[in-house]
Amino acid sequence: MFEESAEIVFNKRVAGATFFMGFRSGPMGEMANPGQFVMMQVRSGVDPLLRRPFSICGVNGDVLLILYRIVGRGTAILSQKKTGDLLQVLGPLGKGFESPGGAVQPVLVAGGMGIAPLIFLSLTLARKDQQFLAGYGMSSEVVPLDQLGIVGLSPSIATDDGSEGHHGRVTDLLESVLSVKEKPSAIFTCGPLPMLKAVAQIAMGQNIPCQVSLESNMACGVGACQGCAVKNATGLNKPYAHVCQDGPVFDAKTLDWEVI
Amino acid sequence: MNKPDLSVQPDLSVQLGPLNFKNPVLTASGTFGYGREFASLMDPNLLGGIVVKGISLKPMAGNPPPRIVETPCGMLNAIGLANVGLEKFLLEKMPWLQKLNTCVIVNIYGHTLDEYGAVAAGLKGVSGIDALEVNISCPNVEKGGMAFGTDPVVAARVTDRVLKETDKPVIVKLSPNVTDIRAIARAVEQAGAHALSMINTLTGMTIDIEKRTARLANGSGGLSGPAIRPVAVHMVHQVVKTVNIPVIGMGGILEAGDALEFLMAGAQAVQVGTANFTNPRASLDILEGIHKFLKDHGIHSVKDIIGSLKS
Repeated sequence: MFEESAEIVFNKRVAGATFFMGFRSGPMGEMANPGQFVMMQVRSGVDPLLRRPFSICGVNGDVLLILYRIVGRGTAILSQKKTGDLLQVLGPLGKGFESPGGAVQPVLVAGGMGIAPLIFLSLTLARKDQQFLAGYGMSSEVVPLDQLGIVGLSPSIATDDGSEGHHGRVTDLLESVLSVKEKPSAIFTCGPLPMLKAVAQIAMGQNIPCQVSLESNMACGVGACQGCAVKNATGLNKPYAHVCQDGPVFDAKTLDWEVI
Repeated sequence: MNKPDLSVQPDLSVQLGPLNFKNPVLTASGTFGYGREFASLMDPNLLGGIVVKGISLKPMAGNPPPRIVETPCGMLNAIGLANVGLEKFLLEKMPWLQKLNTCVIVNIYGHTLDEYGAVAAGLKGVSGIDALEVNISCPNVEKGGMAFGTDPVVAARVTDRVLKETDKPVIVKLSPNVTDIRAIARAVEQAGAHALSMINTLTGMTIDIEKRTARLANGSGGLSGPAIRPVAVHMVHQVVKTVNIPVIGMGGILEAGDALEFLMAGAQAVQVGTANFTNPRASLDILEGIHKFLKDHGIHSVKDIIGSLKS
């Protein structure tokens, strides 16, 4: 883990309220694995006080990439940043995705901004047999991967309002992918909690290993504040895990999906 | 006017009763884990000391999430004093802490007087612990959940109990959630505490107006960060004038100037808390800033700053 004053290389709107940012990362980028995150101070001073966690979307040479949507003050401030501005960044943090090893047809299931770490994972896996599913609310939210300079990835899209791709949930796409005889044997997912819950239930119901990436409010990102607690499944030796250190990527079976 | 003598390296060491700190900057309990979390980013040995996360007799799971929420210039937390418990602390955390070349202060708490006593007794004779810091802000289950630290008599009893069970200097950490913090400070001093640290977090609440629910699962939480600093400086100033034992000041210290406010108000050392979250190097930056301030002003010892507030 490193603490750097990172120079922004670009920060551009790519869809709706979605922005794509790259900053010069030095050793942070070299160390980064898919599923890990960085804590960014969106501006110096006392307000907003805390850093914000962002999934790493990829690494291009010495540039670390993040994808974010304006959801509050912190991200609104971040969206105003210009090329050449400096940001304090801490990373890479947390436990990323584990390699599927010999699993066949890994399926990546993204919801909204949850696509960020899965882009990194997909590019790193670079498997011919992988399937990438991405759900959004509507067409205007769809992240245009070609505008991100990412070639060779074309997720199957589902939108809630039917304005692009499948009209319905991304879990509909997942169920159809799993309806074949030779089933995929690994699922990776990131997105809003209700979607993660649905994906985890489908995966666990069919006994397919499923890795979920969670998000949480957190103050420090390194295990000191213990603010990012998430309930473990019953039977584990600890009642809570911490998203920043034990995650953000968890084996779906280790979490208590009733409480989460 | 005399020109400041810039050739002299200022003396940063402070003595708080039986405690000698090489400099007045410590990290606050609950914001620095067990010391190890930040060790790859900064060298804790450069600090005057570290105060490790509050230890209870039994492990505590902590509160359900959400446990933290950001507020204007601050944050609210309701972690629920989650910790590994005394036994695991001694087994898993203490060996690493023993290798540090800085003061290690172990923060302790209990839900009953007996629990306070048992934790203190469990840490008795353990090498590498320079002092205990007693958190008296937690609820007293024998008294309907009212915090120990809100009643002078009860606060004195906790202090007395811990002193009886320990061979180490005892620092009592005061709660600001009281009508008159001086009354508590006096009671704790009379009970024999070696020093006071203050302030703990201020109880607060924030509401999600769409959901009409508290933003913390616990309902209320402890407010920390620069939002509480003026309150903390004032309370330190009040208490320093009231008691004769040394006071360690804290509350929203982000920069050297903030720490100097506490020192000038009469605190003999400071603890850096929430700032560790926003900048892992904050405590060292603050230490360097104090050093620079002393040099720039030709002041030979940080002791000359302490209590130097002009009235």
